[in-house]
Amino acid sequence: MLGSGLLQGLAVTAKNLAGSFHDPARYVTTEYPEQRTKLPENYRNFPFLVHDDPADPNGTLRCVACQICEKECPPQCIYIVMERDEKGKALRRPKVFDLDISVCISCQICVEVCPFDAIKMDQEYEIATRNRFGGLLLHREDLSKSNAYYHQIHPTEAAGVDAALAEQKAKQAAAKAAKAAPAPKAAATTATPATAATAQDSAISPAPAAPPPASAPDTPANPAPANPPPDA
Amino acid sequence: MSAHPANALPLLERLPVALRDACTSWLPESWRWLANSLLSIVAIFVVFATLFALLTLAERKILGRVQNRPGPNRAPLPFLGIRTYGLAQPLADGIKMLTKEDIVPRGADRVLHFLAPVALLAFSILTFAVIPYGRALLPVELDAAVLYFFAAGAATELAIFMAGWASRNKYSLLAAMRALAQLISYELPLLLSIVPVVLVAGSLSTSEIVEQQGTWLFGVFPQWHVFTPWGFAGFLIFFVAALAESNRSPFDLPEAESELIAGHLTEYSGFKYALFFMAEYFGMCALSGMGVTLFLGGWQAPIPALAFIPSYGWFAAKLLALLFVFMWIRATFPRLRIDQLTRLAWKFLVPLALVNLFTAAFWVLSSGWAGPLAFARWLVAGTLVLGPFLVLGRRLSAGLGPRTYRYA
Repeated sequence: MLGSGLLQGLAVTAKNLAGSFHDPARYVTTEYPEQRTKLPENYRNFPFLVHDDPADPNGTLRCVACQICEKECPPQCIYIVMERDEKGKALRRPKVFDLDISVCISCQICVEVCPFDAIKMDQEYEIATRNRFGGLLLHREDLSKSNAYYHQIHPTEAAGVDAALAEQKAKQAAAKAAKAAPAPKAAATTATPATAATAQDSAISPAPAAPPPASAPDTPANPAPANPPPDA
Repeated sequence: MSAHPANALPLLERLPVALRDACTSWLPESWRWLANSLLSIVAIFVVFATLFALLTLAERKILGRVQNRPGPNRAPLPFLGIRTYGLAQPLADGIKMLTKEDIVPRGADRVLHFLAPVALLAFSILTFAVIPYGRALLPVELDAAVLYFFAAGAATELAIFMAGWASRNKYSLLAAMRALAQLISYELPLLLSIVPVVLVAGSLSTSEIVEQQGTWLFGVFPQWHVFTPWGFAGFLIFFVAALAESNRSPFDLPEAESELIAGHLTEYSGFKYALFFMAEYFGMCALSGMGVTLFLGGWQAPIPALAFIPSYGWFAAKLLALLFVFMWIRATFPRLRIDQLTRLAWKFLVPLALVNLFTAAFWVLSSGWAGPLAFARWLVAGTLVLGPFLVLGRRLSAGLGPRTYRYA
């Protein structure tokens, strides 16, 4: 009969009108500034830099200013300058790390290519600013966030990263031990400062000074530090 | 306000009139009628302007709840910062409207552009004069009140066309043409649906029509017109036509946002826009009030035991219930196309309203039937209402069923 569909429609809206007052399954609105929904773990928007020690955020950045992310970034929103000492020697940390989030497309390619797990995707979404030029250009200090924060926003992913880093460290320690065993016989005088040097930056790259004479073929090459920082 | 013997009524019933008389008693006798009329106008305007403010909020709240969201609930009270479930929202809207820039297009006819909202509001307010708000509350006692009401209501079409024409905007003009087509199409079923009421009541006076609905069948059932076969059909036709006359969804074609920006309101901003908005709600209130008066027993109580509640309270309750249905319908139905709109009027509502005239005539002629004949009376009248509805309803969508599309 004509009109029965209209009555059915009216019944549907009436059910919603009444249901929104007593049925939480119908009334799903979150009153945003006061209430917040928990973001899904895989939510991402813009990258940030991970540091290990909150007491020294700039000193313990994992970033070595290798500029791979800068070169890979599709919209070219990253700008990196490596820090150097007074003699011009590269210090393997960024002096400038700028990221323009008005240009960033949140593609996560920088995260994929980073060999040091230094750059990760953030979940901070309240980033509106009154200054669209300066306010959206994030510097090293703005980007640097602790590993604990990373654990907080992406728990599963961060645990995996920590495990991989620990494994890598253990492998390097084993390689060093294997290296240290034959070393004292061959070059007893030069090995001690060389091992001290490798101990310092073995976490970053293979030892630049004093290549071990015999143990090179049997030490498994670590893929991550195999990318030497380019000389900028 | 009226010529009723006011002193015979209980205190609560004649309170508004007594208050008005107390205000004007110090004036000389020859001036009192003028002061009384002015006070009535002010009272009506204040009451309905407040109602308008609350209705805009209620509409947004109801639409929100139907869509499972809270609706406006944040506007705080000024200077206090207390949120009152959005009650301060009309105030915020009003301030926003008043402080907006009033833009008149360079090519517009400035005089007509200014006059259109004023005329629309004036005609809308005119219709409030003849609605009986209570037993003793009828602003103007007219013998031809129903005629006056629809004559004043029809004049709003002029104002809408003025707005569309004066804006010198193609969208506005198209919308004004549409509005004219719609309003004239629906004027006919609207008027035809109230002819049976006049026929049965034998009067064009609103107060008399309400008085006649004040009897009770078996002492319990109210004898409102809507509880008769012809009255029920007439009320439904009246309601659909009233929806169209007040440009409400699903007949809001003149303001079809998706096609015509805002229709005849495209070139209006600020306070003039607010006036249009106000006139729309006033028209809705007036038509609802007339529907209550003609079909729903006006200010009469639904059962005799509840007659101690003042009559204007009952009128307000019925009016608000009808306005709620307006909003409920807006929350439910999508907009009609212009061809569907006119087809519904000319091929469905007008024939039904014409048949309804005969039903009412039969009802009047058979008023003396009693006993088993009373059942026959209901049966015949019910068939006269339902039969054409079913037949015409089948014809209405015949051949226009689910569309098939062929792709080249």
